[in-house]
Amino acid sequence: MKRIRYGRIAALVTASALALTACGNDPGGSDAGSGGGSEQESSLSGELNGAGASSQEAAMNAWKSGFGSANPDVTVNYDPVGSGGGRTQFGEGAIDFAGSDAALKDDERAKAKERCGSDAIDLPMYISPIAVVYNLEGVDNLQLSSATVAGIFDRKITKWNDAKIAADNPDAKLPSSNITPVNRSDESGTTQNFTEWLAATSGGAWSYKPSGEWPLKGGQSAQGTSGIIQTVQGGQGTIGYADHSQAGSLGVAKIKVGDQWVEPSAEGAAKVVEESPRVEGVPEHDLSIQLKRDTTTAGAYPVVLVSYLIVCEKYSDKDKGELVKAFMKYIGSADGQKAAADSAGSAPLSEKLQSDVAASVDSIAAG
Amino acid sequence: MTRTGETAAQRETPPEPAKQQRAPRRPGDLVFSTAARAAGTLILIILAAVAVFLVIEAWPAIELSPAELSSKVSFVEDGDSLLTYVGPLVFGTILAAVIALVIATPVSIGVALFISHYSPRRVAQVFGYIVDLLAAIPSVVYGLWGALWLMPRVAPFFNWLSSTLGFIPLFEGPVATPARTILTAGIVLAVMILPIITAVTREVFLQTPPLHQEAALALGATRWEMVRLAVFPFARSGIVSATMLGLGRALGETMAVAMVLSPGLTYSIFILQAGQHQNIAANIALKFPEANQIGVNVLIFTGLVLFVITLVVNMFARWIVSRRAEFSGAN
Repeated sequence: MKRIRYGRIAALVTASALALTACGNDPGGSDAGSGGGSEQESSLSGELNGAGASSQEAAMNAWKSGFGSANPDVTVNYDPVGSGGGRTQFGEGAIDFAGSDAALKDDERAKAKERCGSDAIDLPMYISPIAVVYNLEGVDNLQLSSATVAGIFDRKITKWNDAKIAADNPDAKLPSSNITPVNRSDESGTTQNFTEWLAATSGGAWSYKPSGEWPLKGGQSAQGTSGIIQTVQGGQGTIGYADHSQAGSLGVAKIKVGDQWVEPSAEGAAKVVEESPRVEGVPEHDLSIQLKRDTTTAGAYPVVLVSYLIVCEKYSDKDKGELVKAFMKYIGSADGQKAAADSAGSAPLSEKLQSDVAASVDSIAAG
Repeated sequence: MTRTGETAAQRETPPEPAKQQRAPRRPGDLVFSTAARAAGTLILIILAAVAVFLVIEAWPAIELSPAELSSKVSFVEDGDSLLTYVGPLVFGTILAAVIALVIATPVSIGVALFISHYSPRRVAQVFGYIVDLLAAIPSVVYGLWGALWLMPRVAPFFNWLSSTLGFIPLFEGPVATPARTILTAGIVLAVMILPIITAVTREVFLQTPPLHQEAALALGATRWEMVRLAVFPFARSGIVSATMLGLGRALGETMAVAMVLSPGLTYSIFILQAGQHQNIAANIALKFPEANQIGVNVLIFTGLVLFVITLVVNMFARWIVSRRAEFSGAN
């Protein structure tokens, strides 16, 4: 009977607990070994607090353990409260760094500047391809163009043997069953990036504004990547979108890029990030990326999520600054990227991007 | 905390001692009475503190105009005000709870009756423990059970329901695949509230005066007739209050609903379709992680609404219980 009275408090508590489980990835990352590379004889100590995107959670666990084994006296905390929450907390000065699926917005940038006493910069550290996953008996090799995907998720294409899907898959034997599209029910960076891609490439078939909140009402939806996977798995003729590393045994659709059908891959994701231009009008060392969703480069996979770590250019607390700098250096290094790739299935940064990130990290001033 | 204990205590008011002699007060008495009083007061303070917290935290959202609200909060649609946002949530919350009650109440009464009047004594005891044990299972586990085990198994039943009774709007298709609907959520909730309803009704059944029952049997009633004539009239308000307690729990359930329901904000009565309903608690859990400051305020406002609803339900249950004490079938 206690439960009744405490139900509402429990709701809030669960909300935060949910944030922890939202990504549902394995904690992993014990294989990062000596980690920090150049920081072998570490004299660093202290505590680093971060919060933000839950998409980075699995990678962050790997980074924490990799960095921690090289710097045993450092404790890194990361609270996966969500991108928006991370940026807000960063602006308020509650945390030392934020993880976010989107770069700082203008008003947030101003707030962060006030808090840091210098510019805040976005560092792209986590790149992950988003897969279009489906569960359809007898069809293993589904190919979908962007306009078809848009039609399916807009619920305009309702049968698997629709002419548009058939045109994309001339060789497949498509059943006449209903399509059940599954979207995220919580606000998420995955939805944001997926709808950005749809809006940019479907040639008008996707008429909604890109948003982290799914624009259509009703229909099947589920919470978190794990919820999507489970729902797609649990139904027949279902289709959803989720972090590629979590696709498991589900079918993964090939996406049309230029004239080719491309499967999601770490390399393909890295490729599209590599050729994407930087956002203009941001501080010098800020590396926000204007993703080139409509790329036609062979092998590039444009349905990709780029998640940033947001830090100050200058930390007035010297020790804190050193810590942030060392941690970011590790994350941006080949070791750090490999640790994330192994445990979270992310795409390692390209060499060019790695050196750019390293240069930005070097610009962080402490004290 | 244990309402059943309380009602039982109220019922068997011990005979007043013949003469009230004031015992000398010892330090132990003083310490104990103070501690008990403090604990009692603390409950009130906590309740008040929660209410105050909810109002204060919800206030920024209440103050805002609808236009500002929808522009600032990502999950409030354009043209929605705070009330039109919370409306479907309230509807979904109550619908899920009502479905749960419709399923759970008859089953609970059956189980309670079996324990109190039909099963052999030893079986009854073990059975009672098992039912109580159901209450100890965390709701996440129920959620997992609902999502992974129950859902694939109810799907054929839902399909059958829709194809045979589809002319009733309630069961209109298309049936969701997988069955992430309010009906599934209702079934999971029903299992969750089963133990509390069973426990309370069982206690009430056991309180039926043996004389009534024996009188009924002596008049030639069968056991079922005895139950119908003696036990049910005596227990009626007890059953109602037990149901209300179950309702209270069903209203506030979060995890299990969040895990088995494809949410949607409508006033639809199609309980077999996906994306039509959502309950308040699950909605908070879902939206909280990515909500901005004012978004959190909106969510807390929905929490306030839920708080009020549950409070009303609980007070109603209390009222019935107290009424029952006065007009119990025993007099």
